[in-house]
Amino acid sequence: MSLRTFKGGTHPNDGKALAKDKVLVELKPGKELVYPLSMHIGAPAVPVVSKGDKVLKGQLIAEAPGFVSAPIYASVSGTVKNIEPRLTATGSMVNSIILENDEEYQEIEKPEVKPLDELTKDEIKAAVQKAGVVGMGGAGFPTHVKLAPKDADKIDYFIVNCAECEPYITCDYRRMLENPEELIEGMRIVLKLFDNAIGVFGIEDNKPDCVAKLKEYTDKEERMEVVPLKTKYPQGAERSLIYAITGRTLNSSLLPADVGAVVDNVETVISIYKAVAKGEPVTSRTFTLSGDGVNAPGNFIVPVGMSQTEIIEAAGGLKGEPEKFISGGPMMGFAMLSTDVPVTKTSSDMVVFAKDVVSISTETNCINCGRCVSVCPSRLIPSRLADYAERNDEATFDKWYGVECVECGSCSYVCPAKRPLKQSIATMRKTVLANKKKAAAAKK
Amino acid sequence: MDNKLNKVSASPHVRDKASTSFIMLMVFVALMPATIFGIYNFGLRALLIVVVTVATCVISEYVFEKITKRKITIGDYSAAVTGLLLALNLPVTIPVWMAILGGIFAIVVVKQLFGGLGQNFMNPALGGRCFLLLSFTSAMTNFTYDGISGATPLAMLKAGEKVNVMNMLIGKTAGTIGETSVIAILIGAIILLAFGIIDLRIPGTYLLTFVVFITLFGGHGFDTTYIIGELCGGGLMLGAWFMATDYVTSPITKNGQIVFGICLGILTGLFRVFGSSAEGVSYAIIFCNLLVPIIERATVPKAFGRGKKA
Repeated sequence: MSLRTFKGGTHPNDGKALAKDKVLVELKPGKELVYPLSMHIGAPAVPVVSKGDKVLKGQLIAEAPGFVSAPIYASVSGTVKNIEPRLTATGSMVNSIILENDEEYQEIEKPEVKPLDELTKDEIKAAVQKAGVVGMGGAGFPTHVKLAPKDADKIDYFIVNCAECEPYITCDYRRMLENPEELIEGMRIVLKLFDNAIGVFGIEDNKPDCVAKLKEYTDKEERMEVVPLKTKYPQGAERSLIYAITGRTLNSSLLPADVGAVVDNVETVISIYKAVAKGEPVTSRTFTLSGDGVNAPGNFIVPVGMSQTEIIEAAGGLKGEPEKFISGGPMMGFAMLSTDVPVTKTSSDMVVFAKDVVSISTETNCINCGRCVSVCPSRLIPSRLADYAERNDEATFDKWYGVECVECGSCSYVCPAKRPLKQSIATMRKTVLANKKKAAAAKK
Repeated sequence: MDNKLNKVSASPHVRDKASTSFIMLMVFVALMPATIFGIYNFGLRALLIVVVTVATCVISEYVFEKITKRKITIGDYSAAVTGLLLALNLPVTIPVWMAILGGIFAIVVVKQLFGGLGQNFMNPALGGRCFLLLSFTSAMTNFTYDGISGATPLAMLKAGEKVNVMNMLIGKTAGTIGETSVIAILIGAIILLAFGIIDLRIPGTYLLTFVVFITLFGGHGFDTTYIIGELCGGGLMLGAWFMATDYVTSPITKNGQIVFGICLGILTGLFRVFGSSAEGVSYAIIFCNLLVPIIERATVPKAFGRGKKA
């Protein structure tokens, strides 16, 4: 049987061998922790502490001002030093709460939790919302919003994104191997919300040990299924994943729930488990440090707010003077101006490259080879879209479905002329979407 | 840490190793079996023509870019590939100055005047060949073999004579330098396919359509000798595998490539069966090159998820 997958895609060097066998190690943060108030999609959280306040580990320090937002909790005990803008991994300055760690790790009293059988659907959703769970694969979309689609009965697939298709990242892999029961309990909690859904673990087949492990654990589970997927980037992109598993297609105007699917990443599901079964808010996450620029690649459990420079130091430091630091994976992540940025709920990794291949490749003329067309999971013509973008031709860009780009970067990766296709397309796409929004608002 | 800022760029931060120059080099390598056989078949003068044309193309690209103050692009080997393809499309008896003129025309007029690599709408090597064919018809159609001037197998087929299919496969026939040996060309094609430089869409549909066309209209019905003779004769193999597949002058859309292949097959059949000359591949390809923008516009694929109305 051929493995389930999507059309298009590419095979970048996955670099996973560097860190895949390194067990998750818990790291202790330094003196200062930084909590950006906007580490999720939606309204920034609003501080409920002020300068000089003492806080305990697990205490609420910023609350969500609306439904599409998420609260933030302290990951250490200590004193609020200040609330000020700080640099984040994406390169922007974000207003942040700064805590001074007293290194005593005094925890706030945990709320009592009811066993799963006694919980109502609303209580589960409330627990997830209260714990500040967001999409921890990188998107940061508040999870309780995803778990509350218009019609919960129409959801027939809950998919855990275990693809981990970004090169070098192995923290989800470790989670699956080391904490499978938590992952499965997390899924059991979510399945309670969707009566008609089956739960699917979609795993790329480069992780046969995870497939075997989860199969073993879900052996007797009637509503759970482990589906091996072909290893191909971007298998873990939401649309590719849903298509591979359900055969349903969605475009930029649809949400997964519109085709009956809800998708969450491994770490998110584990956070759901912790929130509901243990009453623990999100204060830590898994993190992979890898690449040829660090001495000891590894997988860690790090507190939210910890400086990423401290992670490098804890893991044995840098090898020489690496040129490039990437947050979020080599294919879709952000190049970091500085590593002095905090771990947020969405920081899954840092990849450090000794050499920056992008700055040494020079762009030449497009030779129309069509490699970008072959790899595009959205079935676009990236080279032409980039031309239209560069010419500022919004109409043609839109006509050729430019807004359907998922910004996976496969086109830029394969381009023999080394054109920054994704960059041009993504920039134009933002403009087109913004203008469409404006036009729609004007109509109203 | 100090305040040194790291390098930043938009994602992705990794790039595939394959580059334009690698692709062009692979095409050049894939043309080697046909070139070497051509030299073996036609003697050292074939080597002279090859060297002269390749050199002419590379030098004219360099000089043109120097004069117009553009970036020098001879390092991407595309001019060398054009030169080699042009040489393989010339008869061994061609005067050297004509080969030089063809090379200059291919690079300067067909390629550089339209903006250089990637911008030309017509295959430069074929543009050069057709220019020579129109200007110096007799020199371009003077085929000798083993010192005797004679008809190409294709012309013999057209005249209703018998051809030796085995010799055509091996290439021991009259013709242009690189077109005679089907086996040598196919070895090159396999190299290109194996490295993923080309796929079967264009050459496959081209050859298939051509076979269907000549079966229907060739006047010989389903006569295998005739069909194989037509397939192996003239510039069809070289054209289908190496020139119709030219990225720049073929459609970028997958369905467009199939339409392109079908157009090529029909036009080649038309020219060969109903035209005055036995040949038709070069004109079919450059004519279809002109259709590419229209074919592309008609075959823009529906984006993922936008195919059917939900």
